[in-house]
Amino acid sequence: MSTMAAPQGGNVSFNMASAVTKKSVGAEHVMTDKVNGVRHVANGKLILRDLNFYYGKFQGLHNINVSFPERQVTAMIGPSGCGKSTLLRTLNRIYDLYPGQRAEGEILMDGQNLLDKSMDVNQLRAKIGMVFQKPTPFPMSIYDNIAFGVKLYENLSKSDMNDRVEWALRKGAIWDEVKDKLGQAGTALSGGQQQRLCIARSIAVKPEVILFDEPTSALDPISTLKIEELIHELKTEFTVVIVTHNMQQAARVSDYTAFMYLGKMVEYDHTNVIFTKPDKKETEDYITGRFG
Amino acid sequence: MNLYARRKLINTFNMTASVLTTLVGLAFLSWILIVLIAKGVGAINWTIFTEMTPPPGSAGGLANALIGSLMITLAAVVIGTPIGIMAGTYLAEYGKQSMFAETVRTINDILLSAPSIIIGVFVYTLMVAPMGHFSGWAGAVALAIIVIPVVLRTTENMLMLVPTQMREAAAALGAPQWMVIMSVVYKAAIAGMVTGVVLAIARITGETAPLLFTALNNQFWSTDMNGAMANLPVVIFQFAMSPYDDWRELAWAAALLITALVLGMNILARSLLRGHKQG
Repeated sequence: MSTMAAPQGGNVSFNMASAVTKKSVGAEHVMTDKVNGVRHVANGKLILRDLNFYYGKFQGLHNINVSFPERQVTAMIGPSGCGKSTLLRTLNRIYDLYPGQRAEGEILMDGQNLLDKSMDVNQLRAKIGMVFQKPTPFPMSIYDNIAFGVKLYENLSKSDMNDRVEWALRKGAIWDEVKDKLGQAGTALSGGQQQRLCIARSIAVKPEVILFDEPTSALDPISTLKIEELIHELKTEFTVVIVTHNMQQAARVSDYTAFMYLGKMVEYDHTNVIFTKPDKKETEDYITGRFG
Repeated sequence: MNLYARRKLINTFNMTASVLTTLVGLAFLSWILIVLIAKGVGAINWTIFTEMTPPPGSAGGLANALIGSLMITLAAVVIGTPIGIMAGTYLAEYGKQSMFAETVRTINDILLSAPSIIIGVFVYTLMVAPMGHFSGWAGAVALAIIVIPVVLRTTENMLMLVPTQMREAAAALGAPQWMVIMSVVYKAAIAGMVTGVVLAIARITGETAPLLFTALNNQFWSTDMNGAMANLPVVIFQFAMSPYDDWRELAWAAALLITALVLGMNILARSLLRGHKQG
């Protein structure tokens, strides 16, 4: 894969040794005792405490306590409207765009509460990137799509920027397909390519966490496979949280899985535990397709 | 008669009726165009662009009216476009469904359909009367008042067509809102916004009443925006109603020029939008 190439102009370390197997990683992250009937990993990159979310008067999330382990993929599954996307959208405070939506509680990253009023949301979003359901290339060239985010935080020389764009596109596993047409419009790419461009665009600003909101639901199976492979590689450097309504996808790409229902966190565990011997009956019913 | 035959009959009737009414509408348009071309083409020659509007009984052209219309229109667009675009941006990106934004929207709709003669009288009271003389600037302000609601409305509509996810994607990278709007949303909507400006120009090119009360007319070459200025619509108004054959001839020429301009502007607007859809 293209991520085998050495990073250029980037200082995010790329270390194949960190691509460890699920089992040894599972041992690193100790599960806690149950909080509100759900256990989670003891020390995550993102730790959510008593998180409540409101759309105006409607409460979308109820007392969520969970944490997302560093450099692992956590999948959130559940029926439509269960709050999994809502939860994802609190993590980078994208809901701030909409008056009337608010979150209460704590989201801790490296000991800092992201929900603090004093938190600069733009700085926060530099650390937590997001990829959306539909590919959202900006109406500009492929090169400028990648450079857009970088320019917000860094003042790079032309050659440094060229290196960064190449590095990000390689990380996004799309360099080989676009290297000869960087000046062309990002919107002219195919759906799957657009989505990888968007992933590369998120990577370009060197975040620590990348959020995926049903990133393959608008894509064909081949493109989906490429994105899943990419997500699998991204976890060597980034903490990944992915919302998906495709349970096979959750099983394929994630190390941990959270099952949500009616705005509540029902169960959280290693993905193989959730899919083989879930603790709760609702989880079992959902993953076996008996309701939803 | 069975159900299918009945449907077929109703369909035939409806189709015939709609085709006929379309033809009636088109017939009037073609009539205007044919008469205009028949009478106007003969009147158009090189002196139209070089000579001034003449006194009755002598030869002349429309040069002063052309330059006057050009300058007044340009000034109106320069004044009106930024206001329209910024206000439209406010409604689509900031105000949204707030009480103030809804009020602005309603007022804009009223302004959009305000009779242009009212706007002419308004600017007359506001500028011409206090200054004591007619002026090109007053004409430009009157036309700008017509430009603003058109540009405002198209800007808002075009910005609303940009998917919310595009804004979220830019915000998710950490871009502040002004930057999301300037570098992403505007880029996505630019073709539609330019179309709005072009349509606004087309709209004011033929406006007569606001200019009658503001720029009035000038028989001589003048590029002084502080004084009365010649312009095509008022020249048409004066010359077409006159008893002199050569004046009426010039009025036909001016009418054909304006129509060609408006037609060209509309075609330009359409091709801009089409290119946008394909891209």
